[in-house]
Amino acid sequence: MMKKLIIGLFALSINVLPAMAAGPSVPLMEAGNDLTDQPSLQRGAKLFMNYCLGCHQMEYQRYERTFRDIGIPKEVGLEQLIFDGSKVGSHITNAITKDDAAKWFGAAPPDLTLIARVKSPDYIYTYLKSFYKDESRPFGVNNIVFPSVGMPHVLQELQGLPTPITEEVEEHGHTVTKVIRTETDGTGEMSVDEYDQAARDLTNFLEYVGEPSRLESEALGIKVIGFLIILFILAFMLKKEYWRDVH
Amino acid sequence: MFGKIIGWIDDRIPMTRVWNMHIAQYPAPKNFNFWYFFGSLAMLVLVNQILTGIWLTMNFVPSSEGAFASVEYIMRDVEYGWLLRYLHSTGASAFFIVVYMHMFRGMIYGSYQKPRELLWLFGMFIFLALMAEAFMGYLLPWGQMSFWGAQVIISLFGAIPVIGDDLTLWIRGDYVISGATLNRFFALHVIALPLVIVILVFLHIVALHEVGSNNPDGVEIKRKKGSVAEEDKPKFKFHEYYTDKKDIVDAIPFHPYYTVKDIVGVVGFLILFCWVVFFMPAMNGFFLEGPNFEAANPLKTPEHIFPVWYFTPFYAILRAIPDKLIGVAAMGASIVVLALLPWLDRGTVKSVRYRCGFHKWNIAGFVVTFVLLGWVGATPQTDMKTIISQICTVTYFMFFVLLFVYSKNEKTKPLPERLTK
Amino acid sequence: MSNAPVDNGRRRFLTIATSVVGGVGAAGAAVPFIASWNPSERAKSAGAPVEVDISKLEPGQLIRVEWRGKPVWVVSRTPKMLEQMKEHEGQLRDPQSQEPQQLESSTNDYRSLRPEIFLAVGICTHLGCSPGFFQGNFGEKVEGTDDGFYCPCHGSKFDMAGRVFKSVPAPLNLEIPPYTFLDETTILVGEEKGVA
Repeated sequence: MMKKLIIGLFALSINVLPAMAAGPSVPLMEAGNDLTDQPSLQRGAKLFMNYCLGCHQMEYQRYERTFRDIGIPKEVGLEQLIFDGSKVGSHITNAITKDDAAKWFGAAPPDLTLIARVKSPDYIYTYLKSFYKDESRPFGVNNIVFPSVGMPHVLQELQGLPTPITEEVEEHGHTVTKVIRTETDGTGEMSVDEYDQAARDLTNFLEYVGEPSRLESEALGIKVIGFLIILFILAFMLKKEYWRDVH
Repeated sequence: MFGKIIGWIDDRIPMTRVWNMHIAQYPAPKNFNFWYFFGSLAMLVLVNQILTGIWLTMNFVPSSEGAFASVEYIMRDVEYGWLLRYLHSTGASAFFIVVYMHMFRGMIYGSYQKPRELLWLFGMFIFLALMAEAFMGYLLPWGQMSFWGAQVIISLFGAIPVIGDDLTLWIRGDYVISGATLNRFFALHVIALPLVIVILVFLHIVALHEVGSNNPDGVEIKRKKGSVAEEDKPKFKFHEYYTDKKDIVDAIPFHPYYTVKDIVGVVGFLILFCWVVFFMPAMNGFFLEGPNFEAANPLKTPEHIFPVWYFTPFYAILRAIPDKLIGVAAMGASIVVLALLPWLDRGTVKSVRYRCGFHKWNIAGFVVTFVLLGWVGATPQTDMKTIISQICTVTYFMFFVLLFVYSKNEKTKPLPERLTK
Repeated sequence: MSNAPVDNGRRRFLTIATSVVGGVGAAGAAVPFIASWNPSERAKSAGAPVEVDISKLEPGQLIRVEWRGKPVWVVSRTPKMLEQMKEHEGQLRDPQSQEPQQLESSTNDYRSLRPEIFLAVGICTHLGCSPGFFQGNFGEKVEGTDDGFYCPCHGSKFDMAGRVFKSVPAPLNLEIPPYTFLDETTILVGEEKGVA
């Protein structure tokens, strides 16, 4: 009885796990990205190098390893993805000093090497899709999941400048107007679907960089566990054989 | 030739004698069940932590400037560095899982009772050293949770009257958690505490082998010399050290029977362990917390700070009490009271199998309390949860109070003469 | 204790099988620990091939570049140096470069891709000191040869192709690093490209 109780409680506590992930109150959209989709990772890398790297670094990740993992030949990467003449073995960094950045944006843009692990892929995807026009902000935009965001909408040329759709909601007994979603204004180079895919690609790339060993780990894990199951069967038979002595 | 070498060694150190006394001819009760795997598993995890820990120190940089980057260096640039690190981080949580199971085993089968009080105390000291080890190790990656978790825990010492503030300053070696704190925690984490733990584990086993293992029936296998009929004695050879003083029933030699059985337990455990290591090392933020992937920033506290899951039951007791000093005292008492179990339990029947029905419910209630406290301590506080944590704090201590009361004149079931299956 | 007879064959088989498979597992578990001692990505990045510009290299001149923390010499050999190299072959330990101290492409009389440009790792094969370049005054060490390398530590001598002279402590010719001519005046040290 005790054993069942413990197992039951353990199962209960596992169910509580998702509640742990402290997140924003806004429901997140599902990123639906796929780490094994190399073309997506390559497009994501290109987006990152073109639109993000100007301000955000990946100071723990190296170009060469990135190219190797996501299937970009070294020569192609050197030519098309390294803009500052860095060596292929160097970290993915930019030339902005933290002080300058803090002056321009009020706070230094965070390093993005681990952003997918600090937040989550779904958060990044939702964030990229949640910018909207807000004249009251310094950069003319705001973000649903990151209110009062201190960053311009750098993908504006791709997405356009979405208009906010608001709704009256009850909150702590007051009626407040909240932006619940955005609508395209049609000025972007991409269609809505194309932009969704771009956001997904970028998210995919950021998730990869957050933990570059993920796929290697799972490939190795399958083999290790398969091996252990064989060893378990043998050990179990050995135990049974010896324990025939015990009555 | 081989025998000669063994003989040569045996003339100089008691190799064969120790092997026989403690392994090949050590009498172990024949009825160990599932719960008896966790001792050997704790040993396995200890070895894993020591080995992967040594390898991590080869690339870790114990400084506030270098620590976070060096962990990412291990994760990305060192061949298989990610695996060594995940083995270590998952091992930390696994250590507490097996140790909690091991302690629970002791509770349900009364393994702390006479004559095993000292064995239990050594175990409690291991638990304390393990908590210190885990806490200091958690600062080393120098992430946000490392920094702020340590900040909160160290400031607990500030609750101590008179010397509190000076004490926290002394522990940190600075006005905030800083490189000085990191360096001393590193030294303690990689050498001082592991040494203490290994010595305590040795003493724990010495104490165990002196008094002999308890078992799920809580009935001793060592009987008065001459009280056991010849046909009732097991047909195995046990070391004279044990048979000279006592007659032994229902025992089997530890080797090969429990070695082969423990291998099954070890491999079974490894399957689960590797599944976590290779597929979900962060365990949804339970084993590796999201904010800890952000480098420590003394100017910005994360939205929610929790200790790692294994500390949360005790942390919840701390939070349940609105007064800082009493809260800290209650948290300390919740661990001390566990160490006092051998004296709080006044019963003579050990195993839950033969104790009164109320004892079963009391233990079940304790488990529920412990899990609830863990959950409350690991999630953002709400009014509801504060009330839950307060109720659970009371029920936590009530377990011991009730046990003290009913164990004096407990109505127990008759003990079996011999071990049951 | 058992009433059924113990099947010793089965017992022995299972013991051996479990031990062997367990041993394989232990060996596998050792792999990450051993592999983690290999040069990391950082070390590899720091040891990446180095480009050398030789447009300003005068005949007879030696420049040093650092590759993987070691000095690499780049020498422009004069016709006189090349001529003299043939004359003292009898005094050398390994004149035909039979020991694998260079890649296939440099296993020739000059120990280089081009006769006039010579590259070598400037580390003595004896105990790892860096020999000095004796330009024009090597005759005092080896009669009839004007230029060469002399190791100050234990007196090992090498000619202008890095070949070791007999009766000195160094056992082998100097190591020739892999390298590639990217164009007429640029050498990439550390990588041989386009050569099978």
